[in-house]
Amino acid sequence: MDMHKYANPARFNKLADAILPWSLGLMALAFGTGLYLSLFASPADYQQGEMVRMMYIHVPNAVLAQGVYVFIALASAVSLIWKHPLADLSAKAAAPIGAVFTVLALVTGAIWGKPTWGAWWVWDARLTSVLILLFLYFGYMAIWQAMENETRAAKAAAILALVGAINIPIIKFSVEWWNTLHQGASILRLDGPAIHPDMLWPLFTMMAGLVAYFVTVLLWRIKAEMAARKVQNLRYSRAAG
Amino acid sequence: MRLFLNLLRRDVLLAFRQGSASGMTVAFFVITVTLFPLAVGPDAVILARIGPGVIWVAALLSALLSLDRLFQADFEDGALDLLVLSPLLLEAVVIAKAAAHWLTAGLPLLLIAPVLALFMNLDLEAFGILLLSLALGTPALSLIGAVGAALTVALKRGGALLSLLILPLYVPTLIFGVSAIEAAITSSDPVPSLLLLMAVSLVTLAISPIAAAAALRLALE
Repeated sequence: MDMHKYANPARFNKLADAILPWSLGLMALAFGTGLYLSLFASPADYQQGEMVRMMYIHVPNAVLAQGVYVFIALASAVSLIWKHPLADLSAKAAAPIGAVFTVLALVTGAIWGKPTWGAWWVWDARLTSVLILLFLYFGYMAIWQAMENETRAAKAAAILALVGAINIPIIKFSVEWWNTLHQGASILRLDGPAIHPDMLWPLFTMMAGLVAYFVTVLLWRIKAEMAARKVQNLRYSRAAG
Repeated sequence: MRLFLNLLRRDVLLAFRQGSASGMTVAFFVITVTLFPLAVGPDAVILARIGPGVIWVAALLSALLSLDRLFQADFEDGALDLLVLSPLLLEAVVIAKAAAHWLTAGLPLLLIAPVLALFMNLDLEAFGILLLSLALGTPALSLIGAVGAALTVALKRGGALLSLLILPLYVPTLIFGVSAIEAAITSSDPVPSLLLLMAVSLVTLAISPIAAAAALRLALE
């Protein structure tokens, strides 16, 4: 498949318009069933009681917070290697969404942490590395804003995203070395998930919903950005001519 | 190699002759550390407890202080264009500049650090490890900073953006640097932390020059 085919805005718009109804539909379906499953059809935890339902919001956001950064790093690599214009646009459009996921993961974590750990915030390894991830998002968005020339901003942001992506594992490791209180991973483990299927299904459904939400909003934002550039180009040509 | 050393010598000389940048960095380092006893009180036990962390955080901020000028002066007067055209690889130019930054802004911190350790009532036995951890960690500060400085070189007010970009990347250096000193104070083994600190510096040495050179080429396009 010719990758550069979709660098053409008209073609991309066609593709996006074909995907959008499906992603919107999937989002509504997954959030609908996911919320029902997680709020009503799943059991309360024997230790945490009803508070465990916070997990169905918290975990998908935390996973996507990191996932979106990986997406940005991959898009940045594509943009630096193949100079694909769509890669820049998708990285730029994804950043604020990822930052919001990160904030939501931190806020829901704090709300969940208060009754279970007894504190809104603790300087635990995972919390701290998610907070640093948020700072990386801020830096990434700031460099886009600081440069007026879009092509330059795109390249600088791509370099920064890749440097950040290489550093994220090092930061995570160092922070874990520093302190750890958060429970370890309980879904992705070699000996199978340490979580009951009754809780796993609502979690996966909510995660699917959030991914569909990400795709939907990402496509909207790319379309909006393309439209904004078109408006600007029209203004330039009117001013010139 | 001769070109590399010439560039290094030029940058160190420039730093010393153009209104002592090192002096300012050291002064900032000392004053920042001095503020902490004033803020938390003169209790010797508390100061000894927070001492390693305070000294390291102050070192991070002091390194940051002089970074925004790392490439900017050469960018403004056109010397950077000549450096790009020179037979020396741009990646090597970045290493030379970062080395000059370390010699003028990192090494002086090391020399004054024992005095600050006395201020903070640090255990005398930990002095050696404090110096060792600063010696192994501060090169990473200059190298990571070079990436941020290269990315913000063409911006008028790059300083605030620079700190937002690179302070999160300083986290591993800070953690391993402080944990080495804490290990020495609690008389456990500081070697693992020091080795990790060295690993951070070496990884940074491998990655930063490439990223910073790419950013400089972009700025000169």
